[in-house]
Amino acid sequence: MINTQAALNLKIEMLTLATREEIDKWIAKYPADQKQSAVMAALRIVQDQNGGWLNTQLMDAIAAYLEMPPIAVYEVATFYSMYELEPIGRHKISICTNISCMLCGSEEVVAHFEKRLGIKLGETTADGKITLREVECLGACVGAPMMQIGNEYIENLTPETIDQLLAGLE
Amino acid sequence: MSTTTDKVAAEDQIKNDIVSFEIDGQTVTAEKGSMLIRAADAAGIVIPRFCYHKNLTVAANCRMCLVEVEKAPKPLPACATPVAEGMKVFTQSEVAKRAQKGVMEFLLINHPLDCPICDQGGECTLQDLAVGYGGDNSRYQEAKRVVVDKDIGPLIATEMTRCIHCTRCVRFGQEVAGIMEMGATGRGEHTKIGTYIEKSIDSELSGNIIDLCPVGALTSKPFRYSARPWELIKCDSISPHDNVGANITVHTRDNKVMRVIARENNEVNETWISDRDRFSYEANNHGDRLTMPMIKVDNEWQETDWNSALEFTLRGLSKVIEQHGIDNIGALAAPHCATEEFYLLQKLLRALGTGNVDHRTGQLDFSDDELMPDFPGLGQSLQSLEESKSILLIGSNIRKDQPLIGLRLRKAQQNGASLMVINPVNYDFTRQPELQTIGTPQQMLESLAGLVKALADETGKSLPGDAIKLLAKVTPGDTEQAMAKILSKQSPATILLGNYAFSNSHSSQFRALAQLVANFSGAKIGFMAQANSAGAWLAGCVPHRGTNNSATDKTGSTAHDMIKEPLKAYIMLGLEPALDCIDAGRARLAMESAEFITMLTPFKPGAGELALDCASVMLPMATFFETAGTHINCEGKMQTYRSTVTPQGESRPAWKILRVLGNYFELEGFDYNSIDDVRKEMNIVISNNSQSDNVLKQVKMPKKLGGKIFNLYRLAELPIYRTDIIVRRASALQLTHDNPGARARVNSDQAAKLNIKQDDLIRVRMLEGDAQINVEIDESIPDACIWVPAGYNETSALGACGQASVSKL
Repeated sequence: MINTQAALNLKIEMLTLATREEIDKWIAKYPADQKQSAVMAALRIVQDQNGGWLNTQLMDAIAAYLEMPPIAVYEVATFYSMYELEPIGRHKISICTNISCMLCGSEEVVAHFEKRLGIKLGETTADGKITLREVECLGACVGAPMMQIGNEYIENLTPETIDQLLAGLE
Repeated sequence: MSTTTDKVAAEDQIKNDIVSFEIDGQTVTAEKGSMLIRAADAAGIVIPRFCYHKNLTVAANCRMCLVEVEKAPKPLPACATPVAEGMKVFTQSEVAKRAQKGVMEFLLINHPLDCPICDQGGECTLQDLAVGYGGDNSRYQEAKRVVVDKDIGPLIATEMTRCIHCTRCVRFGQEVAGIMEMGATGRGEHTKIGTYIEKSIDSELSGNIIDLCPVGALTSKPFRYSARPWELIKCDSISPHDNVGANITVHTRDNKVMRVIARENNEVNETWISDRDRFSYEANNHGDRLTMPMIKVDNEWQETDWNSALEFTLRGLSKVIEQHGIDNIGALAAPHCATEEFYLLQKLLRALGTGNVDHRTGQLDFSDDELMPDFPGLGQSLQSLEESKSILLIGSNIRKDQPLIGLRLRKAQQNGASLMVINPVNYDFTRQPELQTIGTPQQMLESLAGLVKALADETGKSLPGDAIKLLAKVTPGDTEQAMAKILSKQSPATILLGNYAFSNSHSSQFRALAQLVANFSGAKIGFMAQANSAGAWLAGCVPHRGTNNSATDKTGSTAHDMIKEPLKAYIMLGLEPALDCIDAGRARLAMESAEFITMLTPFKPGAGELALDCASVMLPMATFFETAGTHINCEGKMQTYRSTVTPQGESRPAWKILRVLGNYFELEGFDYNSIDDVRKEMNIVISNNSQSDNVLKQVKMPKKLGGKIFNLYRLAELPIYRTDIIVRRASALQLTHDNPGARARVNSDQAAKLNIKQDDLIRVRMLEGDAQINVEIDESIPDACIWVPAGYNETSALGACGQASVSKL
C-alpha cells in the first residue's frame, strides 16, 4: 500500500514544464501504450535540463513520467556512454580515438588537450569548466581527427584549432 | 462437407503441428515451433543450462545449452532453437562438448572460486556443471570483476560478484511477480545485476529468486551459513497459510526446520511459493515455543506434566459445565489448522453436547450460513483462472491475501482479461484494474447493487422479487454499467469475494449480491476464505453443520456470537483471539470475562499478551511442521502432509491432545491410534469443486442495503504477515515492507479534516475500546475511513468495523 499516484506526481515535479513538453513530443511519436519508447530521448532532454548529467531522482522522475519501473530507466542510462551519471564540466569534449582518427593523429589531439587543460581523459578541470572524454567512432571519419563538444562536431583538429576553440569557451 | 472429412482434416492439422526429430540418435516428437531444450527435457536428455527456466521467457544469454545440429554451421542454443521435422541434434558430440566447455571457461573467468565459503555450495548449478564441463585449471591470469553488494532487504542475501548474468531474477520480477525490481545495469564486462540503488525487494514472491538463482549470488538471508545442503533431510509438505495449499519441501537437520523451498505442482503453485510460505518456518524455531503444559494456580503460571494439565483442564471445564451449562463452553480454531484437528475439535464439543465450534474468526455476519455451499470454494480450478477474460474482485487484496492466486490472475490479465475491483482500499495491483470502485463497505455494497441492476438491464434478465424492491432506488453509475458490459460480454468471467467481503457486518449481502452478479453474467463465483477454511467446513468445524455437511441436532454459536455474547469457558486451537479475530476488541472483552480458557498453542504468549492474563491452561501444540495433517484448498484439492520434525519439548500434535481430552471426558469414540484412523473416520467427501456446486443455495435479499453511515469508518485488515500465530513470529518477514506496523492510515484530505498529520500520535476510539497509534498518510484509503490493521497488540482493543473517532495526543 504505497501512495502510488501522489508519490509519482511528486517525482514528476522534478522535471520542468519545458522538459515535460519536450518529452511529450517524443512520446507522441510512439503508440500510446508504449510511452517507454521515449526513454532515450527523455534521458537526453533531462540531462540537458540538469547541466549535463543525471541523478537517481531525475531518472525516477522519468520512470514516473513514462510509467515504467525505475530500474528499467537505470538500465538504459547506465548502458549508453552519452548519459552522464555524475556531475561533469560545463563543456563535455568527446574526442574520437577510433581507427580513422587515430591514423590521422588523434593521439596528438589528446596529448594537446591534456597538456593545455592539465587533466587526463575522463577528468574534469578543477574549475568545473571542461570534461575530457574518449569516445568511439562518431561517424565523421571524413573529417578525422575529430571531436564533439555539446551538440557540435569539430573536425580536422590541429593544435591551433584546439587553442582557438579553448580560447572561445566560457 | 461430411464430418468424417472434417475429422481427417483436423487430425492432419494435429499431425502437422507435431514434428519428429532425433536427439542423440533417439527419435523424439514435439510440438512444432517449441524449443529444443523442452523436448530434450521431456525425453530425459540432459542439456546443461543456466538462464533457461521453463516458466520464464527465453533469454538465451548464458549459451551453456549449445548443441550441435546437423547442417547448422555452428552450435545452436537448445533453449532458443525451435524444433523442426527431421532435425538431427547431438548433445554429446565433439562440437557440442567443445562449445559447452568454452562457455564454461568464460563463465569461470569472473566467477570467484570460493565454493567452500559460498552458501550455494553443494546445490550450485555452476559448481555441478563445472565438474563436467570446466577445466582443471584456468588460463585466465588477470584480475577478476568485483561487484559491491547492496542490501536488498531482510529475506535475500546478495553476493553479486558470483553472478553469471543469467537474468532469471530479472525476468521473474518482470514476467511473473509483475514488479521489476532487479535489472541489468551497465554494459559489457561492467554489467551488474541488481537494484542499482540501495532498495529492498518488496515483492510478496521475492523468495523465488533464491530458488531461481543458479549460483550463490542470491541466497536466503535467514538460512545463510546455517547448514549445507547435503546435511539436510528433505520432506514434502503443504503450506497452510492460505487457501492455495502451496507445495513445499521442508529441509531439516537434527530435528530442526532449516528452510523451506518450493516444490513443483503445476495444478497448485507451479514452481513458485510466496514469501509467507517460504519464511514462516522461522517461527518454528522461535525462542518462545511452549514446550511444557502450563496451568495457572493462584494467578501464577506453573509448568506441569501432561496428566496434571489435562486433569486441570477437565476439572476447569467440568466446573463451568456444572455451574453454567454446556452451552457456556465454546471452541474457536485458527483457520490454518489441519482438517483432522478441526474434525476432532468439533467432535469433542458436539460429544460434550454443544455446537459452539467455529473457525471463521475473520467473519462477522453469518446470517446466510444455511445457504452456503459445502465449503467456500473457488468454483473452478486454479489453472482455469488463467483463462478468465473478465475478473471482478470484491473486497480483495488478492496479491497479499493469496499471492499465488494473484499470479494466476495476473497471467489472465496478460492474456487480455479485464480486471475490475470493488474494494475498500486502492490496493497496488501489478497491473492496474480497468474499472474500480473504492469506498467504504457501504459504498461497495451500493456499487455492487448498481452492478446487479446494470447487469439485469444489460442481459434482459429479470430481478428476483425481493431484489426489485431492494434495488428500486439504486441507479447504476457509469462504472457499474461498464463493469456489467465487460462481465457479460467477456466470458469466462470470474468473481472473487475476498477477505473484506467477509470481515464486515453485512457480508451476507455481499455474497447475495455477488451471487446475483454471477447468475446474471454467467461468471464463476469464488469465496476466498482464510487458509484451510475448506477443510474446517468439511470437517464440521462450523456451528450449523456436521462433518461432510451432515445435519446437526443442535446449532451452536458462530465465531462472532461466541465473543459478542461472551461464554464462560473457551477452548482455543492454535489461536490468539485478540490478534486473529478481526473483531479483536470483542475477543479481548470475551477473554477477559471468561472463567476458564484452555489454549492449545505452539507458543508462550509474550509479555502483555492477553492469554497471559486470561487463560487458565496452555497445552503445547505441535506446528504444522511437526504433525501430519490434511489441507483442503479453495478448489477442493485435498493434500495431506506428514510431520517433518518431531514436536519440540513436551508439545504434541493437536489431534492427539484432542483425542486424549475426549478420553478424559470419558467420551465414546476417541480411541484413535493414528491420524489415519481419524482420517478414515472423518472420510471427507468433496463435492463442490465444480462451478455449479459452489454457489449460494438460494439468493435472499436483505430488507435494506447495508446499514448505518458513519462519518469515520474503521477499516480492519490482517496484513499478509500477521495472518496467523506462526507467521506473526517469523522474524525476517516482520522486517519487510509488507509489515505496515500498527499505524493508522488516512488519506490527506481526511487527515486535514481530522486535524492530524503524518507521524502524529493519536487515540482511535471505538465502541469496543481504543488504541494509541501513529498516523500514516496514505492516499489509497478512501474518504471517511481510517485503516487500522488487526493482528497487532496495539490495535487489539478496537472493534472490526463501525464508527471510530480520533483525538490527537
